[in-house]
Amino acid sequence: MLYYLAVFTPLLGAFIAGFFGRAIGDRASHVVTCLGVGIAALSSIPIFSEVALHEGDRVVQVLTWISSGTFEVNWALRYDTLSAVMVMTVTCVSTLIHIYAVGYMSHDDSQPRFMAYLSLFTFAMLMLVTADNLVQLFFGWEGVGVVSYLLIGFWFKKPSANAAAIKAFVVNRVGDFGFLLGIFGVFFLFDAVTFDVIFQAAPAKADATVHFFSRDWHAMTIICLLLFVGAMGKSAQLFLHTWLPDAMEGPTPVSALIHAATMVTAGVFLVARMSPLFELAPDALTVVTLIGAATAFFAATVGCVQNDIKRIIAYSTCSQLGYMFFACGVSAYQAGIFHLMTHAWFKALLFLSAGSVIHAMSDEQDIRRMGGIWKKIPFTYTVMWIGSLALAGIPFFAGYYSKDMILEAAYGAGSPAGRLAFILGIAAAFMTAFYSWRLLFLTFHGKPRADHHTMEHVHESPLIMTIPLAGLALGALFSGFLGHELFIGDERAEFWRAAIGVTEGRDVIEAAHHVPGWVVALPLVVSFSGILLAYYLYIRRTDLPAKIAGAFPGVYQFLLNKWYFDEVYDFIFTRNVFRIGKWFWKGGDTYIIDGFGPDGISALVARAAKRLGAVQTGYLYHYAFAMIVGIAILVTWFVVGGAG
Amino acid sequence: MNALVTFLDGLPILSVITFLPIVGALIILSIRGEEAVVAQQSRQVALLVTVTTFLLSLSIWFGFDATTAAFQFEEKVDWLPQYKIAYHMGVDGISMPFVILSTFLTPICILASWHAIEKMVREYMIAFLILETMMVGMFCALDLIIFYAFFEGVLIPMFLIIGIWGGGRRVYSAFKFFLYTLTGSVLLLVSMLAMYIQEGTTDIPTLMNATFAPQMQMWLWLGMFASFAVKVPMWPVHTWLPDAHVDAPTAGSVILAGVLLKMGGYGFLRLSMPMLPDASVYFTPMVYGLSLVAIIYTSLVALVQDDMKKLIAYSSVAHMGYVTLGIFTATKQGVEGAMFQMLSHGIVSAALFLCVGVVYDRLHTREISRYGGLANNMPKYALAFMVFMLASVGLPGTAGFVGEFLVLLGAFQVNTWVSLLAATGVILGAAYMLYLYRRVVYGELTKDDVKAMLDLDAREVVILAPLVIIVMWMGVYPMPFLDVMSVSIDNLLTKYHAATAAKAAAAPVAETLLAWLK
Repeated sequence: MLYYLAVFTPLLGAFIAGFFGRAIGDRASHVVTCLGVGIAALSSIPIFSEVALHEGDRVVQVLTWISSGTFEVNWALRYDTLSAVMVMTVTCVSTLIHIYAVGYMSHDDSQPRFMAYLSLFTFAMLMLVTADNLVQLFFGWEGVGVVSYLLIGFWFKKPSANAAAIKAFVVNRVGDFGFLLGIFGVFFLFDAVTFDVIFQAAPAKADATVHFFSRDWHAMTIICLLLFVGAMGKSAQLFLHTWLPDAMEGPTPVSALIHAATMVTAGVFLVARMSPLFELAPDALTVVTLIGAATAFFAATVGCVQNDIKRIIAYSTCSQLGYMFFACGVSAYQAGIFHLMTHAWFKALLFLSAGSVIHAMSDEQDIRRMGGIWKKIPFTYTVMWIGSLALAGIPFFAGYYSKDMILEAAYGAGSPAGRLAFILGIAAAFMTAFYSWRLLFLTFHGKPRADHHTMEHVHESPLIMTIPLAGLALGALFSGFLGHELFIGDERAEFWRAAIGVTEGRDVIEAAHHVPGWVVALPLVVSFSGILLAYYLYIRRTDLPAKIAGAFPGVYQFLLNKWYFDEVYDFIFTRNVFRIGKWFWKGGDTYIIDGFGPDGISALVARAAKRLGAVQTGYLYHYAFAMIVGIAILVTWFVVGGAG
Repeated sequence: MNALVTFLDGLPILSVITFLPIVGALIILSIRGEEAVVAQQSRQVALLVTVTTFLLSLSIWFGFDATTAAFQFEEKVDWLPQYKIAYHMGVDGISMPFVILSTFLTPICILASWHAIEKMVREYMIAFLILETMMVGMFCALDLIIFYAFFEGVLIPMFLIIGIWGGGRRVYSAFKFFLYTLTGSVLLLVSMLAMYIQEGTTDIPTLMNATFAPQMQMWLWLGMFASFAVKVPMWPVHTWLPDAHVDAPTAGSVILAGVLLKMGGYGFLRLSMPMLPDASVYFTPMVYGLSLVAIIYTSLVALVQDDMKKLIAYSSVAHMGYVTLGIFTATKQGVEGAMFQMLSHGIVSAALFLCVGVVYDRLHTREISRYGGLANNMPKYALAFMVFMLASVGLPGTAGFVGEFLVLLGAFQVNTWVSLLAATGVILGAAYMLYLYRRVVYGELTKDDVKAMLDLDAREVVILAPLVIIVMWMGVYPMPFLDVMSVSIDNLLTKYHAATAAKAAAAPVAETLLAWLK
């Protein structure tokens, strides 16, 4: 029962608020949706204890979904340590965000719709993490995608929000395209898509090759790469990341729920879930490592120069997801999931505190027009510090345990890709600290740069928003400390059991515990230097940043424009797709097919009829002449034909 | 209850549901009185008759035995015994779902035309009832001549519906539709006659077991292909469809997209594959090629349309591309996916055309740019449209996903390139539908006439609500549909592969013989 409650109560809440929201009113919609996810969150804790701590793995079969020949998938809820962790994180963070949203959206006209979307999203995410087969996972995957489309475009009157919503969905679809092919590949190889079956059969197929795209490939590598394309789309990794910053058009609780805590981490979850397969595809793992490390670095560089408070945090998310991926890439899946969990708390906290700032500043989002407000909103200021400290990995905050472990694992893995990831990760850690404190200093310190009118209105958010912030702050403070023994410490083997499949004898986590001292110390050093640099530039010498930007205009513009990815994609894809479409339509359909086909033929018939009309002159001798010619031809035909 | 069951058991149920609409048409013909009264009564009779037909047709759904591939509810009456032509009706798992689809959509069409059709209502309703007879009869027919009569018979009422009650360039479109399909059908007729001359029978189950010489199969196959490809429609004989849709009245588009397009896919499954397996294998690469072009090319064309109906029409061509692709993968998943795709497309595209109809009735334009911001004043409409839009995009959990997924899965097992290229439709489909939705439903309400539009009324809710439910049902629990068709498809494929495998085994022998002769 508990196992159903944890997944389906949010759906029920979404259903009631979505279809009857107008009838029952705003207040009732708030209650019903918060209650839905609240119940799910409460159920998730005993489930976590039962499943993860007392070895109670189970699969709850719900209903047959699709069965066609040997292809069979069920709606099922699979609970093992991995999904129990995810269910708990998702429902708990989601509950706090629901409560926050009640306050944040209190002036909006369509609150039931918003709350219904949030709950529906939570449901889809839960279906994703509890899937026992790839197709249900894909259902949740697309489900969160479509609800995120709805939520990003929630303010549908804004053209920019609509554009961002479509972009998010379509870019995700590009990833899903790879994911789908990956599923087909799995079915092709294993004749099944259920996890238990695949994982059991995987070692036997470790060296299988398949004939894909006109040549033979190592089957596992190609399958894992295809699945990873899906993960890249959903988790906004380099090349498919462009939708995430734009997605900040949605209301802030959305950014927190979807673009920090849950949906974007689905890709990491997928890689961890499929770890028994990835383990058999070392080349694919190398790609995962490289893409993850490159994203961590790239997004951090861009984060350093952005001015929109939410976009900075969005790039930070992108960068942190890169960390999680390269953790998986070096086979430290446990560390990746651990960081996923701690990140959910502190990044949701950062987003929601940013929302609190935006709320206080009368919807201003540009940090260049903020400053000097820390005394007016001390609570928000404090929790934002906590979030930033956790993000930067300062000792004993959540990120310290998970992020350092990732960097140590990357180093400890010993592979060239791992070392490269370590270097890029250290560089990104420096920049992370820098942009986090740049954000803090510019937003809260210095002279007020907002106009007089806005400054007068700066106020602390109501309790309904600050209480969830406090809850998340607790998570950002303690989740790392409480979890590290289980997730990556000595108890990790009993904790994860079969949920993560790491090749026997390849214990990167163990190696990470034995790296040289300087590897352990370096992340701390760079983080503190990042903070100091931010302090120097934005508190001491506030004239310097502009000068630096002025000294290197090329670099600055390059970063400010996000490495010009959007422009290049627009140039290569978007415009050409429309151009080709137009060309096919006007040139292909109208001109060639219709022109030579029906319209052409009918014109030809009309012309021929006119000519024939001209032949009908009415003179008898014309007809007689035609008949004689005709008879002559016929006779010749028969005579010659008969003779031949 | 038992009495009812016995009563129904005794009925030649297929003939009853086939010809009941014609009876209804005769009743309407006998209505006398003032024009307004006649119109109103015609509507009521048509609705009553079509709903009754639908309810009766449910008895074949519930009475259907899904464990056998044999034809059920068979009726056979000698018609022209000296020519071995019989009135032979029956359904199996491949045809039965289409019968239900036809009887389900017709009452919806009648309801959708309630206010939209104002002139010659009586004649319109008669046309629709005749159309229903033809559609249902076609899916039940088990004799080539009967099949062909119904297959062609569909054209006439549809031609009239577009040509008389349509808009815009309705005469051009009606003729284009008619001539395109007729040209194809003539070649189908030639193939049928050739088969009759060869085998001396027009009985479909008998012909399924006949073997035609490979050379002859090629010509027969091409003759049939000409007809079915136009009906589907496949690229490049698809250009009649956008025009026909644009100028047809809403209900005409609904039935055109919902049922008529499926006649092509059904033809491939009923005639081409079982009777001409070698030719089907031979032409498979061509079908793949045309299907892929249909999926990619028409998706791109759909992206740049500025007429709502045209956009959905082009999306239909793309979605039917999946159907032809799936059928010719000749895998269980591919064919089942294609069948399911036809059913789901029948519901979803019909629903999308109804959605266009809703706003067309209010503003009398299909131009996308004339709308915008409908979510503000038509929230119920926005919700329904959203569901159908997402189903069209193939979102898991909606009807659109299952078929598309199974087709691609089947294709992947046969040819990875084909599957890869076809899967790009997943991206393009999302792009054009979301773009359409954004331009129509989202955005600021700026135009005064759009502001004045009212949300769905009770009649429209009654039309769209069942479709929303079915779309979700087919997506979440498609098993009732898949179960029905499973055994029949297994049977089809077993025979198909046995026939072609025998040929494949024989081929090397022939080749060695030829080599030796040289």
